[in-house]
Parts: sequence; structure tokens; C-alpha cells
Amino acid sequence: MHIFFAMAPLNTPDGFGIWVGAFFTLCILSFLYKDNPFFRFAESIFAGCSLGYYIGNTFSQTIVPNVLEPLVHDGHTPFISWGWWVLVIPIIIGVNLYTRYIPKIAWVARFSLAIYVGYYAALEMMLKLQGEVLPQSADTIISLVPRGTPMIDWFTSIVVMIGVLCVLVYFFFSAEHKGVLGGVSKVGVWFLMISFGAAFAYTIMGRISILIGRVVFLMGDWLGYGA
Amino acid sequence: MLKKKIPVLLCFLAGLLPIISFFFTSPGDGLREANDTLEQWLVVVSGFALLLGVISVFQVNLRKISNRSKGWVNAIYLLASLVIMGAFGLMDAFSEMPGWGWVGTSGNTGFNWIFDAIFQPLQSTMFSLLAFYVASAAFRAFRARNLEAGLLLAAAMVVMLGINPYVVKVLPFLPEWTRWIMNGPNAAAQRGIIIGAALGAASMTLRILLGIERSWLGLQEGE
Repeated sequence: MHIFFAMAPLNTPDGFGIWVGAFFTLCILSFLYKDNPFFRFAESIFAGCSLGYYIGNTFSQTIVPNVLEPLVHDGHTPFISWGWWVLVIPIIIGVNLYTRYIPKIAWVARFSLAIYVGYYAALEMMLKLQGEVLPQSADTIISLVPRGTPMIDWFTSIVVMIGVLCVLVYFFFSAEHKGVLGGVSKVGVWFLMISFGAAFAYTIMGRISILIGRVVFLMGDWLGYGA
Repeated sequence: MLKKKIPVLLCFLAGLLPIISFFFTSPGDGLREANDTLEQWLVVVSGFALLLGVISVFQVNLRKISNRSKGWVNAIYLLASLVIMGAFGLMDAFSEMPGWGWVGTSGNTGFNWIFDAIFQPLQSTMFSLLAFYVASAAFRAFRARNLEAGLLLAAAMVVMLGINPYVVKVLPFLPEWTRWIMNGPNAAAQRGIIIGAALGAASMTLRILLGIERSWLGLQEGE
């Protein structure tokens, strides 16, 4: 049996990138042995790159197309045209956040924060009520008489309805969980445990699948095993 | 007044807009337009907020370096990678603006190269590392000490084995069981959690908008 390796070339940008990727992959995996300077190095680079990535993304997706480009090229008359103000007001609100670095007027930053918090809290509430509570509740309300649906689907729907009610009772803290309420909330805990088990299993399988991806990268892309 | 009441009032008014524009229509659709404009503004503001975080990272790490505190060398690596990736990102962003063609494509090339060669391998390896720790946590969590732990163990085993193609060849009924667990008890619990969390979030929003909850103001002692 011939096993041969054809490692990635170092003299091309892509090949060099594979070597760098392999180095950082091994640095992170070295943590399995114990905490060490290579892992710390890779971890710091990861934190820096993540933030740098978001800076680039924010500018290219948000600030340049929504503010800078229209401000420079749309031909608005400064201070006079409404279009100019529409572009400048968010800049003023955004820059106002930085007054927190000037101790004497740090409180002024609260004005921007107030608009931001108020708007997104309300928007999120509407989205959650309309997009989650109502559809999820509607899907739970089903006919108790199976009409044309297979028995197993009808049975599953009944299980879901009972489960939702029991879990909601478990999360209802305004009354002590004793007697009937205690029994119902106990059934809610059983449903939660099954759900956590399933979620845990999916997490493990997902992580293992990513690990397999890294091993394939090291063995295939980098070492060129079997190439 | 200026320091506390005006922010609370601004918060209330900003929060009122999406709620009113959801329930009511106005002549010429002005409400919806105002809501869309404010949303667009706040997307830009969120960009400024991100840069606020960058300043904070610089402050913390520069202090670490100047004080030679523990791990100061790592702070240098962090800032260097932040500056390099950020600079390529900015060059890439500005190169798309008319009149900024002189920046060229080096920003895009550098940004993509760092993303493919460094960021992506680091991110996926970091996640894959968790496979080992999740597996060891599973070993501790999946011991059937009582009925609840037994249910957790049984559900996890069925789901894990039911999505494993090798096991399914031997036990072909497992995918059906997995599907039932996911669509039945799991869906019920998730639905309960989603509805409960959404109602909790809604009550917290009302507390914020009505000025009952003010911790977001970051009030100092005595204010």
C-alpha cells in the first residue's frame, strides 16, 4: 500500500495561507495538552482579527454605503437640504456616544443611548410578540378530534400541547409549585430534560463534525494525504 | 432633569414609534416612513457603538502593555492583529467609494487572505476544541441518577445515535424516534421556553419604556 503526502506549496499565496492556517489550527489544538504560549498567541490573534473583521464589515456594509458615499456624492447642500440632515443626524447621534470619554459631559452620551435602547427594545418586543408568541401559540392550539390526520401526528400534537402548558406552568413563579401545580410543573421539567438532552446531543455532534473538518483540512489541504 | 428625565423621555418616544407604526397607519404612510428612517439612522449609530468597543479594547490593552501586567505580550499580538485586519477592512470599504480607486484592491485581497488563512481556521478550531470538553461534560451530565437525568440521557442517546449513519444501518428505526423526539417533546419544551422568554422580554421592554427600569442609564451613586 502506498501512502504519500503532497504538502501545500509555500511559494503561492494560497499555499502559504494553508500553512498559516495549519499553524494556527495546531496552536489552538495544543490546548488539549495544557495551556501554553502558542495557544495564548493564537487566542490573542483570534480576538484581534475578530474585532478587525467587524470594523471592516461595519464600514463596508453600514457606514460607507449609508453615510459617507451619499454624503460625498449625492450633491446635498449642507445645512439646507433635508437629505443632508437625514445623513448627518445619525452621525451626530453616533458621535454623541463618545462624549462619555469627557468626564464633565459624559452624561450627554445617555441621549444617544436612550434613543438606541428605547427603539430596539420596542422593536424587539413587537417582533417577538408577532413573530414568536402568536405563531407558536397558534401552532399549539389544535383540534382534539383527529380529522383526516394520521394518528401519530395527532398524538404528537397532543403531546406538544400538554408539553407547552406544563413548561409554561414550570416558568410561572407567581404561585408556589405545590399540589396540582407542583405535579404539572414536574411534568414540565421532564419535557425540558428531554429537550436539553436532544439539544446537548446535537451540540456534541455539531462540534465533532467541525473537528472532523479541521482534521480533513490538516490531513488533506495541508499534508496532502492521498493526493 | 437633563441628566435623567430627558434620556428617559427620549427612550419612551423612540420606543413609541415602532409600536405606533405597527398598529396604526397615517395619511401618506408618514409613520412607517418615520419608523424606517429612525431604523436606518440607528443602524449607522450601531457602527459608531462598535468603534466605542474598539476604543475600549485599545485602552485596556495599552494599559496592560504600559504596566507590563501579566500577558502584556499577548496584548501586543491582539492590538497588532486588530490594526492589520482593521486597516485592510477599511481599505476594502473605502475602495468601493467613487474617487477612492487609488486605494486599489489590496485591501480586499489582504482582508480576504487573513479571513481565509487566519480568522476562519482559528474560529472553527476554537469551536472544534469544545467537542472534547462537551464530550467530557456529557459524561458527567448523562449519568442516570434520577428520572430527570434518565430522560436527559435517553433523549441524548436516541438523538446522537439516530443521526449517526453507521448506527442507523444497524438500528434503522432510530431516525424515526429521533424525528419524533425533535417534533414532539423537544418542540413542546422549546415552544414553552420561547413563549416564556418573549413574554419576559416584553414585560422588561415595558419597564424600560415607562422608566421603571433605568439600569441602562448607568447612573452613578447619588445621581
